[in-house]
Amino acid sequence: MNTQGDYQTKSTLETFGFIPKLTAEEVQKQIAYMIANGWSPAIEHEHPSNKMEHYWTMWKLPFFGETNMANVLSELEACRRSYPDHNIRLIGYDPYTQSQPVCFVVYEG
Amino acid sequence: MSNTYQAGVKEYRDKYWTPDYVPLDTDLLACFKVIGQSGVPREEVAAAVAAESSTGTWSTVWSEYLTDLEFYKGRAYRIEDVPGDPDAFYTFIAYPLDLFEEGSVVNVLTSLVGNVFGFKALRSLRLEDIRFPIAYIKTCGGPPAGIQLERDRLNKYGRPLLGCTIKPKLGLSAKNYGRAVYECLRGGLDLTKDDENINSQPFMRWRDRWDFVAEAIDKAERETGERKGHYLNVTASTPEEMYKRAEYAKELNMPIIMHDFLTGGFTANTGLANWCRENGILLHIHRAMHAVIDRNPHHGIHFRVLAKCLRLSGGDQLHTGTVVGKLEGDRNSTLGFVDQLRESFVPEDRSRGVFFDQDWGSMPGVFAVASGGIHVWHMPALVTIFGDDSCLQFGGGTQGHPWGNAAGACANRVALEASVKARNEGREIEKEARDILTEAAKHSPELAIAMETWKEIVFEFDTVDKLDVQ
Repeated sequence: MNTQGDYQTKSTLETFGFIPKLTAEEVQKQIAYMIANGWSPAIEHEHPSNKMEHYWTMWKLPFFGETNMANVLSELEACRRSYPDHNIRLIGYDPYTQSQPVCFVVYEG
Repeated sequence: MSNTYQAGVKEYRDKYWTPDYVPLDTDLLACFKVIGQSGVPREEVAAAVAAESSTGTWSTVWSEYLTDLEFYKGRAYRIEDVPGDPDAFYTFIAYPLDLFEEGSVVNVLTSLVGNVFGFKALRSLRLEDIRFPIAYIKTCGGPPAGIQLERDRLNKYGRPLLGCTIKPKLGLSAKNYGRAVYECLRGGLDLTKDDENINSQPFMRWRDRWDFVAEAIDKAERETGERKGHYLNVTASTPEEMYKRAEYAKELNMPIIMHDFLTGGFTANTGLANWCRENGILLHIHRAMHAVIDRNPHHGIHFRVLAKCLRLSGGDQLHTGTVVGKLEGDRNSTLGFVDQLRESFVPEDRSRGVFFDQDWGSMPGVFAVASGGIHVWHMPALVTIFGDDSCLQFGGGTQGHPWGNAAGACANRVALEASVKARNEGREIEKEARDILTEAAKHSPELAIAMETWKEIVFEFDTVDKLDVQ
């Protein structure tokens, strides 16, 4: 069956929703980018039924001052084990702009 | 100066050329590029500009002696050569703060670019830059929301916003127009836009457009799990009509409306910005007519001044050109005024056409909008030039996709995200553009065919309004 040209709407959950899910190695590079810029890594998770809400649940506190990428990765894994059916996103908090120069969903529930 | 009134005409420079003056932090400073009539000394021309844009008139008048014009006058305090342009020179003028009504860029412009531009002693005049003192900036409302709040409301982080103007720009019915919007949004755009000349014509009245667009946005949000919006253009013949249209946008829970700040005017713009702030709605600003004012290097107002005035008057997004697309725009000059929109402090930098330090204090920032003749191949360059606090708009580059708007939107979104990801990984994305896009296209047939469609399209013409550098 020829489906070329039939564009199927996707549930994409904002930034990086249109490229393949990042591998562990690629996630590390994004964490390195945050740390190099002085932004604090943070993890949030939420059941997919609440995906449109501004506030997802925080996984612990943001990792202020964390410079070890492996620690952030293992927190992501721990969050994933605790909430396997949740969407989980990785965030970099910039205290000066009070914005999130990095924010993307790493796992979908 | 004598305190006795003597009727007659004095040389401007006696009073308005003050080379020893040290500008105050509270002064409003301006830099004009001037060509005087032949035979008139530069100091006299500079002083004439200062006089005619502040307290002076061609003749002395007795009532000058009822006030202290030494306190109120504008002062030409410096003259500089223009690099590469021997006929012209820059004059720097300091205006005391009390010459201007608080919070009114209208009042500032009426003085600075009023009668003086028709003055016979000048062959040409261009306002290159204004330094607004922080004391004045604090009296202006500024952007209704600003970059940070706009990101939070729209839930867009870590990348430029992605948009497009709905085409054909004129002639679609409301329902067909809403279809084009829905297709773009479901395909991955964050925002779509009314073209500037879409207001409320016989083929599509504004209220019908609002209704169908609102339905398109709601459906696209539900299906994608992303927040979406459309710039509903409320520009109309009267402010009353604009507010009526804005109120209905609010009733439909629309996140953003749009205004054309030059054709609509600064008074209308400032009022609408205030309404947006009061009502929690974002304001997208188009700039039709700007090239009439800003493109001639010897006449008019440089866009960096118009951009500064817009930030003070209020807007959350402003068009800045693309550098790489179909419309005029020098790269350094564009970066110079993009900084004025977004930063809290911009230092003097002649290589970017910035003549003064500009302290914006706590005034929120404005997203820079790049729109006009851009397509997927430009994406890595656009991300490099404009950074994350921008809105990249691909009109033809979305809707000209062989498979339609949704696939075109998807192609752009994939290209954008691949560029941002690669940049964050430390790659030089402008140089590696071909590799980055080619890799991304392996996972996206929509991008692959977009790259094939637009591979030959470039717009390489020389810039008309160049920066004055040798």
